[in-house]
Amino acid sequence: MAKKPELLPGTLDMLILKTLTRAPLHGYGIALSIKRISEDVLTVEEGSLYPALQRLLLQRWVKAEWKKTETNRRARYYSLTALGRKQLGLELSEFEQMIAAIGRVLQDA
Amino acid sequence: MDAIVRFLKRLGILFTRERFRSDLDEEMAFHREQQEQALQAEGMTTEEAKYAAKRQFGNTARLKEESLDTVGFRFESALQDFRYALRQLRKNPGFACTAILILGLGIGASTAIFSAVNPILFEPLPYPHAGRIMMMSYITEDGTRIAQTFHTYRELAERSHSFETLAVADPWQPTLTGADRPERLDGQKVSADFFRVLGVAPLLGRDFQAADDVLNGPKVVVLSNRLWRRFGADKAIIGQQVKLDGDSYTVIGVMPATFDNVLVSSANVWRPLQFDRTNAASTQTREWGHHLKMIGRLRAGIGIGQARSDLNRIARTPLPEFPRPAWAAMDHGVATNSLQDEITSGIKPALLAVLGAVVLVLLIACVNVTNLLLARGAQRRGEFAMRVALGAARSRLIRQLLTESLLLAGLGGAFGMLVARFGVRALVALSPTELPRVSAIRVDGTVFAFALGITALIGLVVGLIPALLASRSDLHLGVQQSSQRTAGGHQITRRALVVAEVALALVLLVSAGLLLRSLQRLFAIDPGFDASHVLTMQVQESGHRFDTDVDRDRFFTQALEAVRQVPGVATAAFTSQLPLSGDFESFGVQFEVDQNANAEAGFRYAVSPSYFETMHIPLRRGRLLNAHDVAGGPTAVLISESFARRKFPNQDPLGQRVRVGPDIGRADRPWGAIVGVVGDVRQASLALSDSDAFYTASTQWSWVDSVQSLVVRTQGDAAALAPAVRNAIWSVDKDQPIVRVATMENLLATSEAERHFVLILFEAFGLVALALAATGIYGVLSGSVTERTREIGVRVALGATPGDILALVVRQGMTLTVLGVVIGLSGAALASQALVSLLFGVSRLDPVTYLGVIALLAGVSVIACWVPAWRAAHVDPSITLRAE
Repeated sequence: MAKKPELLPGTLDMLILKTLTRAPLHGYGIALSIKRISEDVLTVEEGSLYPALQRLLLQRWVKAEWKKTETNRRARYYSLTALGRKQLGLELSEFEQMIAAIGRVLQDA
Repeated sequence: MDAIVRFLKRLGILFTRERFRSDLDEEMAFHREQQEQALQAEGMTTEEAKYAAKRQFGNTARLKEESLDTVGFRFESALQDFRYALRQLRKNPGFACTAILILGLGIGASTAIFSAVNPILFEPLPYPHAGRIMMMSYITEDGTRIAQTFHTYRELAERSHSFETLAVADPWQPTLTGADRPERLDGQKVSADFFRVLGVAPLLGRDFQAADDVLNGPKVVVLSNRLWRRFGADKAIIGQQVKLDGDSYTVIGVMPATFDNVLVSSANVWRPLQFDRTNAASTQTREWGHHLKMIGRLRAGIGIGQARSDLNRIARTPLPEFPRPAWAAMDHGVATNSLQDEITSGIKPALLAVLGAVVLVLLIACVNVTNLLLARGAQRRGEFAMRVALGAARSRLIRQLLTESLLLAGLGGAFGMLVARFGVRALVALSPTELPRVSAIRVDGTVFAFALGITALIGLVVGLIPALLASRSDLHLGVQQSSQRTAGGHQITRRALVVAEVALALVLLVSAGLLLRSLQRLFAIDPGFDASHVLTMQVQESGHRFDTDVDRDRFFTQALEAVRQVPGVATAAFTSQLPLSGDFESFGVQFEVDQNANAEAGFRYAVSPSYFETMHIPLRRGRLLNAHDVAGGPTAVLISESFARRKFPNQDPLGQRVRVGPDIGRADRPWGAIVGVVGDVRQASLALSDSDAFYTASTQWSWVDSVQSLVVRTQGDAAALAPAVRNAIWSVDKDQPIVRVATMENLLATSEAERHFVLILFEAFGLVALALAATGIYGVLSGSVTERTREIGVRVALGATPGDILALVVRQGMTLTVLGVVIGLSGAALASQALVSLLFGVSRLDPVTYLGVIALLAGVSVIACWVPAWRAAHVDPSITLRAE
């Protein structure tokens, strides 16, 4: 079994927040979305979403709500809060700064 | 602000924990179902999809745990660990009880000992700025420290600059009359500043003032709180009269209940000293006698060193206005020490030895419990492996195991506190009378904190090794239950621990053995008299009826006559001091042959003529005292054998002329003569052979003593006669107090009470250590036999006889014992140094003791080895080999 690239540490929260900017999603939806958009490059151990979601809930960056799915099943939908949107902006700019810095170092070397 | 909101959220979740769980379960299940459907849509079978979805999702249990940890409080996981630990203990009550019992005994014993030792050795005395209270003793030519004289105190108090105040105290034992029975009280005559030196003021009334402490001053007393309560605790007692020694004393003060008088802890009454400050020129006075205890409170900022040099400077530079006789010349300076050191120095070696011993016991208990935990750890390898497989982190496992051992230690500690409470009571009951500050021995906050501290420490120490070993990364072995082939690291650790136990037990047993032999040696010593069937009691005259020698003598003569009439009394006599009773009185003896040299000192006995016959003290030469040796006649003196031998090695001591006591140097007094030589008697203690002593008839001494000890040789049981003898004395005069009623055998035993006390504790600790070491050996061997059953089976199948197997296992056990003994021997040789001051007549390296203890340990070890060995020898190879 080919080894998949590890997720950068600390980025899971950011990925979840970013995914939720488009629409409220349930856990499975979030996992699916990350996988699809990253074209299968980023796969998380799917279950690890849930402790992360609890952390985000506690920080009030997301909120959760039980709703019916299109197949009429009960699922917990997570959506971004204003606080979460601000946090995402913060994390994104930090992340971009870091990537840019790493990029510069790699090019110069 | 955010933190508060998060806290509230967590709190919310805490109360809806069930809901939180079910929500999480539901959404995780939903996730997996969705995944399954997606995978099935890709063409997997139902089974394949289910399995793949599970794998992609990860370890559900761990993820749930993590989610809970995220929103939970830290204490929740601790609580969970705790509940689990409790369940574990309940599942194994045998193990739990053993461990708790062992720990409880260890913790209880050390807590009890600590509570006894703490107020004596570590806590400051119960006075404000107690470190500034000093005690000053006089130093004699040979370096002995003795009590001070009044005029020495006066000179030091007036000339020194280091002290706020100085004070002296003299023992005082007045008789309280007025109640139905006369009662002798313990008290002190003190100089005016006594309570101010200690820094304690009366609760009621007033302290002594300088005006109270003058010659022929007012008859006033301060009462202890105890005595005041016995009088009814009435505040109006101030100004009332109490009758002491036939005189009326006015109560001027009552001390607070918290006042602990460490100089004489039984003191209940104090009066001013009222010595003569102006008679320093005449030397034959009580003011120049060495009988005062002197204490002083240092000025703030003055160190003990400064005080010493200050007092020694005064000692070196006599001034004409402070004349000093030869026996109070202070040629050797002044011994200045803190009061705390003074009152504890005697008992310190014994207490430190006991403290050391109990620490060893505690160590052995810990080692034993560690061993038990290791054994259990070995049994639980499967469980640990399972938990790791299910996703438990190593740190989590260690935390769990530590929680278990902390819980064990906690329960052990609780049981230990119970043990300590009874232990303290037993200790106080057993303690030698000279143990200072007994009243301060109790289980208090400090002691509780101590117990809590060692309990926590034990929990951690005892838990750490098993936890680290159990959580080692090779746990996958544990899943395969056939791990019996690997006698892994825990076996080596367990053996090392057993070796340690044996070594520690040896140290304790050797110490106990040395003490036991010392005591045997001591009690084998001939005290110089026959202690069996002898009843003793101290009789005191009190009141003005007995102001003259004639009256005093008449009472004692009549009392002796009455006692002789009591059925069962063979002979009886009075003596001014009684051997091995704590009495300690010596006076000078001046021999005519060298009358210009310094007088020799010897124990003084003023006795009834029948004393020797009663005590069975043998006559060596000359004659005993008789009815003709009475006041007015030439003083007849008997001296002890070794005194005679030393003084007259080549001469006949009989007929030598002497002056004794206050007659020394007085040409107006006639010479007395040595009329006989009697056997040596041990006076101060069995261990001290300082036997220079002299005897005179009680009427031929310079005064008739008002306190005398009665000795009665009885035909039957000595103790049983006590009431009859007492009543006989009271039939002569009912107002005379009688104290210290004891058989001579009792006095003999209590004279070695301190050694005996230490011995009892060491014996108890030694036995506990032996038992624990034996269980340790037994436990390790049993475990090892169980683990090696297959190997043993193979050996038997290959032709090993039961005897071979027995030898194999016993050899394994005895190897541990021998290792432990070797290590323990060096430990014992070191530890016995601490005991030297308690030993008597045996070397601290006494080979008999060491060999005896080794034999004892070896014997017990063999027994401990035998059971598992026997089991091993009866292994049936066909069964064990099939079992695998």
